[in-house]
Amino acid sequence: MTRRVLLAFAGVLLLGAVWELYKDLGPATGVKVGELAILPRTTDLAMPHLWTILDRLGQPVSSLPGSLPLVVAVLQACLVTLGIAGAGWGLGVVFGFLLALLMQAVSLAERAVLPFVILSQTVPVIALAPLVVGWGAQLPAWQEWMSVSLIAAYLAFCPIAVGVLRGLKSAEATQLELLHSYAAGWWSTLTRLRLPASVAYLLPALRLGASSAVVGAVVGEVSTGTEGGIGRAIVEYAQASGGDPAKPWAAILGAVAIGLVAVGVVALLGIALRRFRRWEVAA
Amino acid sequence: MSDAVAIAGVTRTFATGRGPAVTALQDVSLTVAPGEFVSLIGPSGCGKSTLLRLIADLDQPTSGIVSVFGKSARQARLDQDYGIAFQQAGLLPWRTVAANVELPLDLHRVPAAERRARVAELLDFVGLADFAGSYPDQLSGGMQQRVAIARAFAEKPSLLLMDEPFGALDEMTRERMQTELVRLSAETGAAVVFVTHSIPEAVFLSDRVVVMSPRPGRIREIVPIGLGPGRERGEALRENPAFYAAVTAVREALHGDGAVPVGVENR
Ligand SMILES: Nc1ncnc2c1ncn2[C@@H]1O[C@H](COP(=O)(O)OP(=O)(O)OP(=O)(O)O)[C@@H](O)[C@H]1O
Ligand SMILES: [Mg+2]
Repeated sequence: MTRRVLLAFAGVLLLGAVWELYKDLGPATGVKVGELAILPRTTDLAMPHLWTILDRLGQPVSSLPGSLPLVVAVLQACLVTLGIAGAGWGLGVVFGFLLALLMQAVSLAERAVLPFVILSQTVPVIALAPLVVGWGAQLPAWQEWMSVSLIAAYLAFCPIAVGVLRGLKSAEATQLELLHSYAAGWWSTLTRLRLPASVAYLLPALRLGASSAVVGAVVGEVSTGTEGGIGRAIVEYAQASGGDPAKPWAAILGAVAIGLVAVGVVALLGIALRRFRRWEVAA
Repeated sequence: MSDAVAIAGVTRTFATGRGPAVTALQDVSLTVAPGEFVSLIGPSGCGKSTLLRLIADLDQPTSGIVSVFGKSARQARLDQDYGIAFQQAGLLPWRTVAANVELPLDLHRVPAAERRARVAELLDFVGLADFAGSYPDQLSGGMQQRVAIARAFAEKPSLLLMDEPFGALDEMTRERMQTELVRLSAETGAAVVFVTHSIPEAVFLSDRVVVMSPRPGRIREIVPIGLGPGRERGEALRENPAFYAAVTAVREALHGDGAVPVGVENR
């Protein structure tokens, strides 16, 4: 486990190194094929140094009197988005799980529903956002952030449903026959065999769901115009980037941190469930 | 009292994709009396496992009737009239040895205290008391098989269905388990249907040995083994001339048509 944490840490460092290396060696005009920009320009305006970004984090958000240090503002926005993404992830997990159970129990449901689950992911969030906001507006006590959570859930449920379904079907035929010979019903078979056997598939599905939920929350904030989260901050800070190029990058760094936290939470879940992953460890 | 197992005119064919259907069993009839020990022996692919699966209601015959204790195989399964052990141990890797043995008791809501006592007793029987807290991946193949055998006995079934349960064991453990099995089935009065590839094993354990032939799977001959009741069988029996005579009788039944069948060991 410590190895994986170290690896993740090394990955972040490597990314930073690539950034600085390209900035140092890449052409100032960026790399283009014809008119198409493949790699960004390497000027300080387009790609500030990492230490410029870190330094910027320590300074106030704006020149207005009493404004907070940027790092505080970014962290606050991160927490808001993390909360929204967490709620969306939870909803996506519940919905994805129920869908997977339905598809496992009724094979007709699998053939009828699975294509739509996968097809659903081709509807772009930009198209979905106004719809969700519109529906929400008709409900009493509906709040803006709920629309964003719903969008996050929408992106998260698909990998979870597909992963859990695969997991539920991963129990071996001999093990299923054993339970059958004990006259175990659907529920007993689920709790004693199918669920424990699915954990190996469940964790990657939850991880994928978590990163989808974060992306959904960030994009959802932008496309619904919800304020207070990191998605909005990225857009706002980008508008100021002319004179303050490090500012939007600080917010983007925050979004990356949210993703890492989300994946970290799933990793902790994996530790809690390690009894069910013995053959992974053995293999 | 009704027979433990009554099989009448059973045929089982498997449809295979495009090719011709495989007749795994053809017109098989067999009865097993309560408390009787019957072994099935025959070359690979002659339908031994298929027959066992039909009795266990894990598969249904194409035609013919299988009844267990006078009921349909399905009803007998629902009533938990039998215990089963397959060739592969089929343990759940996330459960400890004790929890694996406990599984059928757990599923049938046996009180916890009773469950613990029974598991301890069973693990003693298979010589794995020290491994109660281990996980299956920490055991050798033979040890895993012993866990599966303990599990088959968990509910003191009046019928045991075993498909080459000792195949993965070393010779010494195998003979010890044979002695234990024959004693235990005699003590509990359980009938046993036992699939094996080993002639001496079949002879040592059984009241009758059913010799099968392949393509299509049929019963060729049923050899009665007159070696006395199970509870009197011990290690000494293996040196007994009557034992050798029975081994020879089964071997001759197997090799009846002169061809040497594949997959039958003479040990
Ligand atoms: N599910 C199945 N689908 C198709 N054919 C099958 C199926 N199960 C068994 N058969 C066929 O039925 C025949 C008998 O198989 P079975 O497993 O009963 O043999 P066996 O006597 O147990 O052999 P072995 O000693 O190798 O275990 C074989 O020809 C096999 O190919
Ligand atoms: Mg077999």
